[in-house]
Amino acid sequence: MNDASQPHQIHLTVNGKGYDVSAPTRRTLVDLLRYDLGLTGTKEACSVGVCGACTISMNGSIVASCITLAVQADGADITTIEGIGTPDNLHPIQQAFIDCGGFQCGICTPGQIVATKALLDENPKPTEDEIKEWLMGNLCRCTGYYQIIDSVKKASGQPVAPTPGAV
Amino acid sequence: MRDFYFHAPTSLPEALTLLDEHKDDGRPFAGGTALVVLMKQSLVDADHMISLARVPGLTGIRKEADGLHIGGLTRHRDIETSADAKSVVPFLSEVYSHVATVRIRNVATVGGGIAHADPSQDPPPALIVLGAQVKLQSKNGERVVSLSDGFFQDYYETSIEPGELITEVIVPNQPAGARTAYLKFLPRTADDYATVAVAAMATSEGGVVKTLKVALGAAGPTPIHATAVEQALVGKQATPQAIRDAADAVAALVDPLDDFRGSSEYKRDMAVVFTRRALERVLL
Repeated sequence: MNDASQPHQIHLTVNGKGYDVSAPTRRTLVDLLRYDLGLTGTKEACSVGVCGACTISMNGSIVASCITLAVQADGADITTIEGIGTPDNLHPIQQAFIDCGGFQCGICTPGQIVATKALLDENPKPTEDEIKEWLMGNLCRCTGYYQIIDSVKKASGQPVAPTPGAV
Repeated sequence: MRDFYFHAPTSLPEALTLLDEHKDDGRPFAGGTALVVLMKQSLVDADHMISLARVPGLTGIRKEADGLHIGGLTRHRDIETSADAKSVVPFLSEVYSHVATVRIRNVATVGGGIAHADPSQDPPPALIVLGAQVKLQSKNGERVVSLSDGFFQDYYETSIEPGELITEVIVPNQPAGARTAYLKFLPRTADDYATVAVAAMATSEGGVVKTLKVALGAAGPTPIHATAVEQALVGKQATPQAIRDAADAVAALVDPLDDFRGSSEYKRDMAVVFTRRALERVLL
């Protein structure tokens, strides 16, 4: 049998583009995205699947890419924040986060946006409780959650009360 | 994390053969939500990871006469959202919805969660209360075991033998008229593990308890089936005082750890309080 340190060949589709990557078995998916593919929009923070910063969509479901092995993504169809909008053509969710002051430092924002898109794809008009339930695993340590909840409401076409301090 | 062999068998016999070959140095790998964290912390250090992701036939929820048959590789989220699960065993869907966050439930598998045997998990107490069984398959055959009788042995320890795999979880239909409660004490955050948790299911007639099942999570080295509480109430009138007395019995059954969620003493007290509340919910 070959050596355990032999790299694996992984084929995956990210944001509609196919990639063939050679990576060791211990490589996490977030590292493969950031270091092998150069897609640094996805962030890593807690590294144990708790904080939500590394949220990506894999085969239609959001997952924590920091506790997913790259080899698990062989054959997968992945969407990262880079596949949701571009600086010149923001996704309505991204525009809503700007309009409602849904971020400050921005580290959690790619995960918040990817998670919000998955929520709205499944439930286009979520209630406030449904938004809280869905996003409770996406931690933010500076903005505060009210503006994030407002951003999701706005992105889903629901009325938002003016938030003091929002940009 | 260090390097390891990653096997991706494409049939159950192939997976079981690999598990048999690597009884001492291999691990079945399902969703990985628990295993990858343990590997990162060097708490699991196996040379061979045997992925089940490409093995056909291990996912899905089937309604049969004796209850739900759930493939071992079925995701938590599928139980939470399955119309079949909600119609036959709604308590199961409810309890799986309490696990961690949607990101984890999208990946974590039913069989993987049971095999992980973290005593703080949400599903095991509910599975015990519902009378669930698991089908264990190995290269040499299969057996079906109850989750109530010694399956959970210690922290992260079960009676699964090396080479065996949970291929199916069998959950009996929820009895008609049964009332259920899952109380998860979460003083910190909504996605946390329970500080203590209680699952209960009961049927009663004219105020008399006909059947009662109670189990606790996060209250000792394994999920705890509180048979003393059940025996104290079955056949009796479910009065507030009888419930209070029965709930007091859990203090002697639990053995919680001191940690940042509370001292052992505090959790023991909360186990009594939450057992009482769960009993009130299903009996009064």
